Amino acid sequence: MSDKKHLIVVGNGPVGHQFLESIAASGKAGDYHITVIGEEPRHAYDRVHLTAWFETREAASLNMVADGFYEEHQITAIANEKVEGINRADKIISTDKGNTYQYDTLVLATGSFPFVPPVPGHERDNCFVYRTIEDLEAITAASKDAKVGAVIGGGLLGLEAAKAIKDLGLETHVIEFAPRLMAVQVDDGGGALLRKKIEDLGVKVHTQKNTQNIGDGETAKHKLSFADGAELETDILVFSAGIRPQDALARQSELEIGERGGIVINDNCQTSDPDIYAIGECALWGGRIYGLIAPGWDMARAAADHVLGGAEGKTFTGADMSTKLKLMGVDVASIGDAHANTPGAKCYTFIDEQAEVYKKIVVSESGEHLLGAVLVGDAEDYGNLLQFALNKITLPEHPEAMILPNLDGSASVGLGVDALPDTAQICSCNNVSKGDLCAAVQGGATTVGDLKACTKAATTCGGCTALVGQVLNAELTKLGVEVNTDICEHFPYTRQEIYHLVRVGQIKSFEQLLEKHGKGHGCDICKPAAASILASCWNDYILQPEHAGLQDTNDRMLANMQKNGTYSVVPRMAGGEVTPDGLIAVGTVAKKYNLYTKITGGQRIDLFGATLDQLPLIWKELIDAGFETGHAYGKSLRTVKSCVGSTWCRYGVQDSVGAAIDIENRYKGLRSPHKLKMAVSGCTRECAEAQSKDVGVIATEKGWNLYVCGNGGMKPRHADLFASDIDTETLIKYVDRFLMFYVRTADRLQRTSVWLDNLEGGLDYLKKVIIEDSLGIAAELEAEMALVIDNYQCEWKTTIENEERVKQFRSFVNVDGGDKDIVFVQERGQIRPATEEEKARNEDLIAVA
Amino acid sequence: MSWTTICSLSDINPNAGVCALLGEEQVAIFKVNGQIYAIGNKDPFSNANVLSRGIVGSLNDTLAVASPLYKQHFNLETGICLEDETVSVPCYQVRTEGDLIQIAI
Repeated sequence: MSDKKHLIVVGNGPVGHQFLESIAASGKAGDYHITVIGEEPRHAYDRVHLTAWFETREAASLNMVADGFYEEHQITAIANEKVEGINRADKIISTDKGNTYQYDTLVLATGSFPFVPPVPGHERDNCFVYRTIEDLEAITAASKDAKVGAVIGGGLLGLEAAKAIKDLGLETHVIEFAPRLMAVQVDDGGGALLRKKIEDLGVKVHTQKNTQNIGDGETAKHKLSFADGAELETDILVFSAGIRPQDALARQSELEIGERGGIVINDNCQTSDPDIYAIGECALWGGRIYGLIAPGWDMARAAADHVLGGAEGKTFTGADMSTKLKLMGVDVASIGDAHANTPGAKCYTFIDEQAEVYKKIVVSESGEHLLGAVLVGDAEDYGNLLQFALNKITLPEHPEAMILPNLDGSASVGLGVDALPDTAQICSCNNVSKGDLCAAVQGGATTVGDLKACTKAATTCGGCTALVGQVLNAELTKLGVEVNTDICEHFPYTRQEIYHLVRVGQIKSFEQLLEKHGKGHGCDICKPAAASILASCWNDYILQPEHAGLQDTNDRMLANMQKNGTYSVVPRMAGGEVTPDGLIAVGTVAKKYNLYTKITGGQRIDLFGATLDQLPLIWKELIDAGFETGHAYGKSLRTVKSCVGSTWCRYGVQDSVGAAIDIENRYKGLRSPHKLKMAVSGCTRECAEAQSKDVGVIATEKGWNLYVCGNGGMKPRHADLFASDIDTETLIKYVDRFLMFYVRTADRLQRTSVWLDNLEGGLDYLKKVIIEDSLGIAAELEAEMALVIDNYQCEWKTTIENEERVKQFRSFVNVDGGDKDIVFVQERGQIRPATEEEKARNEDLIAVA
Repeated sequence: MSWTTICSLSDINPNAGVCALLGEEQVAIFKVNGQIYAIGNKDPFSNANVLSRGIVGSLNDTLAVASPLYKQHFNLETGICLEDETVSVPCYQVRTEGDLIQIAI
């Protein structure tokens, strides 16, 4: 125990945490007493996605530390304590709380601090920076009494801050010293388009403005005075004029510091004291500070490897600073030598003012290699271009084809992923190489979702998703895995293709479909799939004689078959609301037919043990009592769960029950590739657990937050926030489009969660299609949904009103009566199916009521 | 052997099945493209009387019904399980007389 070495990490940000994760992953964490000390009140959180805090206003959503991580690896994590001194001679650090800690190895991951230009007045009230959750909380609090907000700095972080201020409902200004936005990453042409797009969003951009004074305003709190004589009044001011390495601790302990700041490190991330490492934005390697997350993580991995003895030989030898991001909904990407500073470099530029797209590539003098690129408005080429640049792949004869739109519909000149070496880094966020992906495919991964799960590729920024998909397909092909996506032997099509054939060909029955596009007699795979598609498209009564034989077990009898051949019955209780009379009616029916009753997870009541011939009788009574079918048997909307909401709850901010009932009644009966579950919560406490549903709605003070593609069940998935603070009309519009798009494009039996994980382009793409209507299909989707809603019928009501249909529920075609083999026993005051043993003993058996 | 009339052709939906009770025996009767087939109704994997409620179709040109419980397939002409040939259900002779379906017992 006592010979364990003391390893201390100063700074618990994303990079410090990555270091700890790397140590933990090596399995050698137990060889050390590990302590991490952070000055912020909370442990490591995702600073890269800081702006996402505004979506939930909950710090927990940005947390990077897995539950139990510190305990499992016996790491002591200290928050709210600032390390103030290093005694290198005795290897002791001291803190502002008066504590001292002994170290053998020290890692400085102190990050950076925002640079605030020394303009007179910069220390006034309501002047902020944008780095921590506390900064965001302060900005939010100040915004309540503010009308105007301004950001000084038009770089990447400044635009993030501007988005936050805009989302807080303030008139927003961005003030930039340089002649264009994002001056480092983007050239004049790209900057001009970026500016236009951001101004179209209602943000006012002021370039070439040198702020000289901040004083009292007349119409707002502050007045900014610029060198050119112009003025601007604002209530809130956020400084985002760049970062400076947080190297104070290192300076004070006389470690080597760069001329313009930064703790000098070698390739192992060691400082001038070999027992002290520095990683992330506080470190200076090769005269350069790396202000991006990926290089910070690379340093963390290299330092961890070296601390552990260098078994893997990882070093940090600089990093590519290419970036792709979305700023206020605008795609921006920059690769390598974006400004064509390399001698002899030549540029190709493509500008489409109609679609607002700017693309430029920079190639070497010989035209052989790609040196850099700038993309604004459409960054889809980023992955391909980056691979060309990083791996020095020889460019095609006409490199301009890589950024020109392919008008004739031919495949774009992309990079065959085969051209990439195994070492090519595909996912830079998580350091996943092409070789790693190929190994995972060889190990059995067959979908993008599998690869995400086992390699973490494409799980951080998602920029590489398309490329990951290409590597997957190429590798599967190489392995001789014929990627057969046919639904079954009877149709050489995917579910999605069959859907289109049905919709476009106006096909109304399985016979027509088989005759036109299939062969054989069909089977239990294609028949239910076709039945579901026919219902999604035309919403006919599913027990029409020509449809009945297609239906899956449960749809066939409009009830859920249980293990002994009996059925369970679930009447709809929209939103989980039921009257006392309704409850009594359900109870009366259950008692009369001696059914086992249970409350479901979806806030309604399930009645078990009904025989085939009892089903119409039971439903007759339920319908007379005012109930309708709950579609518990269908691949369709099950329930919309709700909490009690603002009508009763003292915390509720909207009528969640009312909304849940409206939503359930709107989408009931919609047939889909798999079952659908939804929920509405009346406030952020989320008692309805909406974030585990396919569609989740959470009330806010301004309207609703919409979440999509969550799942509980077998493979839980937290839903993604899709739209914030929208009104009810917009909510319904988005859900209409979302559901129909899912119905159109998902595979058979694919829940929305898996569908999204495998959707190329992921959540961003989905938002584009649904919110921005990028495919121009929104009106169609809404019309298709309207048709389904118009044609809704309670299938049980239709059934019991038709004698011929009721006959289909007889147990026997030739005699009356029920199946004598069905017997029950009593348990906890109700029936349950008898086991084979109990049947053989033939004691205390209960026959069907 | 004698032929017993069970029901008329129109009592069975196209490409679907019904169950008939013959004494204590339950028989699943299917109509596929106008042809009639009859096998036992008891699913040997679940011991529940459910095969008549399965989906009929073809697998590699063999006509079969899929058990609605655990989805094993049974050959409509022989009663043999396609997934496990050691398991089978009884098979019955059937014929149509005009509009009537008859089974041999």
